[in-house]
Amino acid sequence: MSLLPDFAHWQQLDGVLAVVTAWLALGATGVFALRRFGFVTKVLFPLGGLLGLLLSGIALTAVFQEPATAVLPLGLPGLPFHLRLDGLSSFFLLVIGATGAGVSVYAAGYFGRGEGTPPGLICLEYHAFLATMALVVLADDAYVFMVAWETMALSSFFLVTANHRIPEIREAGYLYLLVAHIGAIAILLCFGVLQANTGDYTFANMRAQHLTSFWSSAAFLLALFGFGAKAGLLPLHVWLPEAHPAAPSPVSALMSGVMLKTAIYGILRVSFDLLQTQRWWWGVLMLALGLASALFGVVFAAAQVDMKRLLAYSSIENIGLLCAGIGLAVVFSSYGMKPLAALALTASLYHVASHAFFKSLLFLSTGSVLHATGERNLGRLGGLIRFTPWIAWVTLIGVLASAGLPPFSGFVSEWLLLQSFLFTPGLPDSFLNMLIPVVAALIALVAALAGYTMVKFFGIIFLGQPREEKLQRARDAGPWERGGMAWLVMGCIALGLQPEQFIQIIDPVTRLLVHAGLGDNVAGHGWLLVPVAVDRASYGPIIFLLGVAACFLLAFLVVRLLYHGRVRRAAPWDCGYPWQTARMQDTAEGFGQPIRQIFEPFFRMTRELPDPGDEAPRYHVTIADHFWHWLYLPIAAVVERAARLIGTLQQGRIAVYLLYSFITLLAMLVLVRS
Amino acid sequence: MNALAFASQALEILVALLLGPLLTGWVNQWRARLQNRTAPSLFLPFRTLHKLFIKEAVVAEHASPLFRAAPYIVFGCMVLACGIVPTLSTDLPLAPAADAIALVGLFALARVFISLAAMDIGTSFGTLGARREMLIGFLAEPALLMVLFSASLISKSTSLTTIVETLAHRELAIYPSLAFASVAFTMVSLAENARVPVDNPTTHLELTMIHEAMILEYSGRHLALIEWAASLKLFAYSCIGLALFFPWGVAEAQAPLALILALPVLVLKLAIGGIALAVFETVSAKMRIFRVPEFLAAAFLLAVIGMLVHILLGT
Amino acid sequence: MNALLSQFVNLLASALLMLSFAMISQRRILSLIHLFTLQGATLVAATILVGYATNQPHLYFSAGLTFLLKVVAIPLLLHRAIDRLNVRWDIETLINIPTMMIVGIGLVIFAFNLALPIAKLSATVARGTLGIALACVLLSFMMMITRAKAIPQVIGFLSMENALFFAATAATYGMPMVVELGIALDVLVGILILGVFMFQIREQFDSLDIRHLERLKEE
Repeated sequence: MSLLPDFAHWQQLDGVLAVVTAWLALGATGVFALRRFGFVTKVLFPLGGLLGLLLSGIALTAVFQEPATAVLPLGLPGLPFHLRLDGLSSFFLLVIGATGAGVSVYAAGYFGRGEGTPPGLICLEYHAFLATMALVVLADDAYVFMVAWETMALSSFFLVTANHRIPEIREAGYLYLLVAHIGAIAILLCFGVLQANTGDYTFANMRAQHLTSFWSSAAFLLALFGFGAKAGLLPLHVWLPEAHPAAPSPVSALMSGVMLKTAIYGILRVSFDLLQTQRWWWGVLMLALGLASALFGVVFAAAQVDMKRLLAYSSIENIGLLCAGIGLAVVFSSYGMKPLAALALTASLYHVASHAFFKSLLFLSTGSVLHATGERNLGRLGGLIRFTPWIAWVTLIGVLASAGLPPFSGFVSEWLLLQSFLFTPGLPDSFLNMLIPVVAALIALVAALAGYTMVKFFGIIFLGQPREEKLQRARDAGPWERGGMAWLVMGCIALGLQPEQFIQIIDPVTRLLVHAGLGDNVAGHGWLLVPVAVDRASYGPIIFLLGVAACFLLAFLVVRLLYHGRVRRAAPWDCGYPWQTARMQDTAEGFGQPIRQIFEPFFRMTRELPDPGDEAPRYHVTIADHFWHWLYLPIAAVVERAARLIGTLQQGRIAVYLLYSFITLLAMLVLVRS
Repeated sequence: MNALAFASQALEILVALLLGPLLTGWVNQWRARLQNRTAPSLFLPFRTLHKLFIKEAVVAEHASPLFRAAPYIVFGCMVLACGIVPTLSTDLPLAPAADAIALVGLFALARVFISLAAMDIGTSFGTLGARREMLIGFLAEPALLMVLFSASLISKSTSLTTIVETLAHRELAIYPSLAFASVAFTMVSLAENARVPVDNPTTHLELTMIHEAMILEYSGRHLALIEWAASLKLFAYSCIGLALFFPWGVAEAQAPLALILALPVLVLKLAIGGIALAVFETVSAKMRIFRVPEFLAAAFLLAVIGMLVHILLGT
Repeated sequence: MNALLSQFVNLLASALLMLSFAMISQRRILSLIHLFTLQGATLVAATILVGYATNQPHLYFSAGLTFLLKVVAIPLLLHRAIDRLNVRWDIETLINIPTMMIVGIGLVIFAFNLALPIAKLSATVARGTLGIALACVLLSFMMMITRAKAIPQVIGFLSMENALFFAATAATYGMPMVVELGIALDVLVGILILGVFMFQIREQFDSLDIRHLERLKEE
């Protein structure tokens, strides 16, 4: 037996495991170079990025392969690690690898300035985070899954609390850990239900079980709760807007862009793969939860004044849309309408990839803005397009993609999602049929509100006049940061312009889950994306872009040829008002005001209005979450009261504690005897 | 795809570029007549455009490239929109590239760019205009989408050419859902084109303007392009309305004769529509800005009810 | 031909629904009366059309009766009432239109689903419109609940009667003549009583806001 692995016969699964191992090794190396900034950031992180690229390459080929399995003799005796690489896991590995590559390269520049934790430790946590995310999607038994899942939660918790000397960040990390663990318990219970008392926790065994209607629904609900807590579905979203702003930007990018997707992976794995049949009401429940999260997220995002909180709420919105798409797929699948289920699922998976790219990009750009200016509050930014043009233009692409505008990536998934709603009439249940237009309308509303939010985000940070003096000294992003962001921008553009190619990658995944795919329909239309037939719907992003670009250039040239191109620079006109200051622009609060007014019941607002005779008038408004007040605080109060009751047991005298032990012992003996 | 298709595509864009400002002039003429003023020439918009193109463009000192690129982008979006909507023929090579949803996306793209450009200079009016425009946009956009969906449900397609073909060349049938859609569409297009109950295209009163507030900083050729784009938008919206609710007279593929006939029919329909718009603008009063969300929410919900009615009567 | 007629009935039914929505989102009392008149006229047209399509001459009579009562007499009475009460330009301030419309859509979905199985049993030309008629009834009911002033409430009541009448026409080609005459009389008497009632509260409270009636309960 040779010690060297047999490289000639390596399968994709071996390659993926090699990348995971290498990531862990990089992390371990970081521990030995605890405070050597240069080595950790300029060698280890770029290597990690390279591995991410490699992983995405391997995953790209693995999508089209038959599922491969492996059993690793790790873990407890009698409980080896079961791993499986199929289309679904390959697709998510692709997303993890491709996004991780960009974020790692960016991190090489970002962590160069140091956070509260030594760079070597950050390196360990970061790479462990990446490796465990990959392991989560590879797992083929509940045991590996839970180990990877919990390690992922822990490593991300340490990353979130990288600046652990700030109390708010510690609190945010604690909240995150708490919600993650409550979710994990639900997932564990879900696996317990799925194995149906056989004691065999491999996924292969769970697939073979035929659960009754009640137990399969119970498993689904537990999975929805557990994974929903990780994904940030209503009402378990509260950790997201706290943890994302607290974490360093590359970590927020990974958490929002990739980690939330592992929860989506979990929902898909349980509801389509481990559970063989679906019930229609699961889909309706997911639709309702998804839409509620989406609307809630976008409305709150529009009212935020902290740029990273804004993006965190926008993540809730996007996860909601994803969930709605999956819910629709579940409804279709439960009625046996496979092609439609495939369409809805394709839309959701497309959004998984597209959201991973644009949201990571936006989080990274907030990181650059933070480093350039030291400000996170939208009210103190402005005009950065003139001082940091590189960040601004890159962000603009991310903003357009996030707002769901053609021809960028966000629009494709939105388009596919709306298409799947339009093909809906024909469901056997008339009530569902009636619900569909309402749902489609809500999705359109959410998408339009996302546009509002993104205009606010970009306009307040990068446009206008700088609201603070120091912004004029802001420095543009460094080469590593530019490299990482450029990679993600390319992703946004490529996903936007080449949907027909990417749908070929999604096709095997939907075939695996709902036994139908869009690949054959989409192929053979050149530059057009045609989900069903040309006369039903088609979209050609490249022609679209060329059309706008051609009109742009023609207009430009014709105007220059027929007239002139003279420009005179002068002071802004502004209706002739000469004493303009930067403080007269709309603030972030001002831009959110119409949303606050229209969607008033969504918010828990406290407003301080100045008196008419006030010498130094101040206007102050804070918005809070109803869920926090009506759901979390009461639960916290109950828990605290229970803790106080139990606390009375605590006497502080050793004799009393010994008495407790003694009584327990007696009780046990009596129990054993009887 | 043949020469005729490309010819009708080119003709359609050319017609839009010419008829757009004329339509604006026509509406202004009728508004003047109805208000007992002396009517300006029909060609006044063209003269204004010419005048603006000749003038030097004054740009604020600290304007970014985004500010200077935005007029071209907006203009490009609107030209493309006019090329996609079937006005003269349904045999358009560009049409498969963008269906009804992409058309709404195209309008949204233009709106986002003009709002961003308005925020770029950092004046109080610019940001105010941008905020109000986005406020109108986020309600008008889904409403327009729902209107188009009502038509899509009938023709089982989101492709605009297929929608027009089904609606124009079917046997005569009455679709109650389109009645809801038409009311909603009228409300949306008034809002989107900065027309009277929502915005006043001729106002320069600072506190009430929306569209004008955004383009205050523009001058010369940039302003000309934006004005032209606004005319094209009005034209495109009118043509969407005509295509959905009065689709008769649009030529199909391989019909050069019908194409020639289609132009006078279009002009006639637009002329009537323009007068109707002028009458409506004259008899109604502008709303407070915070009545506007209510107005648009009503449009949005009406369109949704239209779809519900379609499903009720269709099953 | 018959298909087109039935589609036309559907169109008029949709117009009724649209008018109901217009009424719940109308703040001005005067416009409310205009909308009510329009609703009556649409109802008359729909009844005549159903009568023609199914060759049922008695529907013409009930159409004529509806016209006299709901397009001429009641609007006239209402106009006189608002003149004498001097509330012609009154505006109801306390309604949130988008919320009302969202609740309205919920009612529409509810009504449509309720009507679908019933409509499948029926064989009339206008069977599809039963859901719309039911939705109109519910919407008018909602209007009565949400309005604070007396006259809009009365109009809500009358429009509910309109919707019920339409439902009867759609489902069973109208009610027997005797019943119809009786209802017409009822409505007329009802409006007279309500008129007297309105003048009474006006005298008592110097306002038509019926929330004042809350004070009449026992302490």
